[in-house]
Amino acid sequence: MAKIEIQNLSKDFTTPNGVLHAVKNASLTVNDGEVVVIIGPSGSGKSTMLRCVNGLEKPTSGHILIDGVDTTAPSTDIRKIREDVGMVFQSFNLFPHLTVLDNITLAPIKVRKMDRKSAEELAMKLLKRVGLEEKAEVHPPQLSGGQQQRVAIARALAMNPKAMLFDEPTSALDPEMIKEVLDVMLSLAKDGMTMLLVTHEMGFARAAADKVVFMDKGEIIETGTPEKMFTNPESERTQDFLNHIL
Amino acid sequence: MDSKEIEEKIKAEAIRQHTVSVDPNAPGKGSTTINMTDGVLIPKKGEKHVFTSWRLTFFGALILSAVLIIFFPDPYRQIFLTCLRGAPVTFEVTIFSIIGAVIIGTFTGLGSVSKRRWINMICGVYVELIRGIPLLVQLIFIYYAVGSFFHVEGMMAAIFALSVCFGAYMGEIVRAGIQAIPKGQMEAAIALGMSRSQAFRYIILPQTVKVILPAIGNEFISMLKDSSLVSVLALEDILRCGRMYISRTFLSLETMLVVALIYLIITLVLSRLVGLLEERLHKNG
Repeated sequence: MAKIEIQNLSKDFTTPNGVLHAVKNASLTVNDGEVVVIIGPSGSGKSTMLRCVNGLEKPTSGHILIDGVDTTAPSTDIRKIREDVGMVFQSFNLFPHLTVLDNITLAPIKVRKMDRKSAEELAMKLLKRVGLEEKAEVHPPQLSGGQQQRVAIARALAMNPKAMLFDEPTSALDPEMIKEVLDVMLSLAKDGMTMLLVTHEMGFARAAADKVVFMDKGEIIETGTPEKMFTNPESERTQDFLNHIL
Repeated sequence: MDSKEIEEKIKAEAIRQHTVSVDPNAPGKGSTTINMTDGVLIPKKGEKHVFTSWRLTFFGALILSAVLIIFFPDPYRQIFLTCLRGAPVTFEVTIFSIIGAVIIGTFTGLGSVSKRRWINMICGVYVELIRGIPLLVQLIFIYYAVGSFFHVEGMMAAIFALSVCFGAYMGEIVRAGIQAIPKGQMEAAIALGMSRSQAFRYIILPQTVKVILPAIGNEFISMLKDSSLVSVLALEDILRCGRMYISRTFLSLETMLVVALIYLIITLVLSRLVGLLEERLHKNG
């Protein structure tokens, strides 16, 4: 398990229309075993901040420490960090040319140098955990969205990560499939996985989050426990946002 | 539509006009296909107009050939036999050159999407250079250039020249194929701790192959036609066999008619095969 510290993180994008400040001087700590949910309107920099944690985006300034190791330092091998930080995407991003089983075993075999047999045993165990052991030999396009996302979670877990990042994991799903994915995420949270999520599922935030972070226009506006954030937020912008979505 | 969207549209359009285009008929779900310029002429079921034209041309050519051979055996039977003697050479040159072109094209395509600027530059210059020089000029140039350093026979020089030339176009196909794979695939691989080269090997390239296979088939057909240019290199392909026959008998019109018919029939058969391949890919994809 791991501790994620985001310190004074900023991320700018250069666009044809000028510089876009996607994240502005954001600081946030996710303690070992904590579940932190980031909420906020679209375009507020939530996903960008999340993607900076495993180096999919390179921060413009600031530091990100995982278990005390500065991921932004030039001496740090970002690939080693990524091996230990799982990520689940909004659009699943399963590999369509591989079976479900191969999707899960590929990284353990190629990156962790695990032998195929133990990798497959591990994969079957994880598939059972997400309730899809009968789909091992199927190709991802034949699965429903909810099933694909559960496979994606299993794929990330196969690397035995210290922490998991979720980038709007249920936003691309039909309503009736959201629950099956949230159930898997809830059980992960219960097992003490360190989780940093971007989501619009306020129910999940209420049930599982230790901390809720509200972001707007690249800035962290407010941080607090779910009860406080949902019942009695301090900032007017947080109130506005919650009134709109709840 | 904001300005960014428009800009992307324009960029996409520019790419499309640049010989490579994403097949507009492909269903949106992950099975994008890339077609080269004459890809629209590949007969597929459901495209009635093209399919009918294909059938008309193909059977027209067959019937004409049969009529010529049966009712005018003198001189047509002799011409057919002579010209067909060049077919193995034509096929040999085409097949080896397409293999060479695919190998060169894979490296060029990978180079074009590489993160190293100087590799991009080399690949870009290679493609521009090749695209800017007529194939016939390249063939003769490479033939003499290679010949002045090593002693190579015509066949090797022809295969080398055709590979180098088509490798540039193939590189563009591979590049477009790689770029047709959704960005999330690379991100997911990288997020799992894979290196970029591992991601290319296990994730991107296997998916690219499926996307570009029809385009490669297309190139094969173009290559078969353009291989007639090697007849200037003293290689006895279909065209050269015909021209040698003309110099013996002075039956220019009759011989060239037969040469044209042979190329036409081979090309039409191959087009249909590529069409079938595409249909299969769509069904499985």
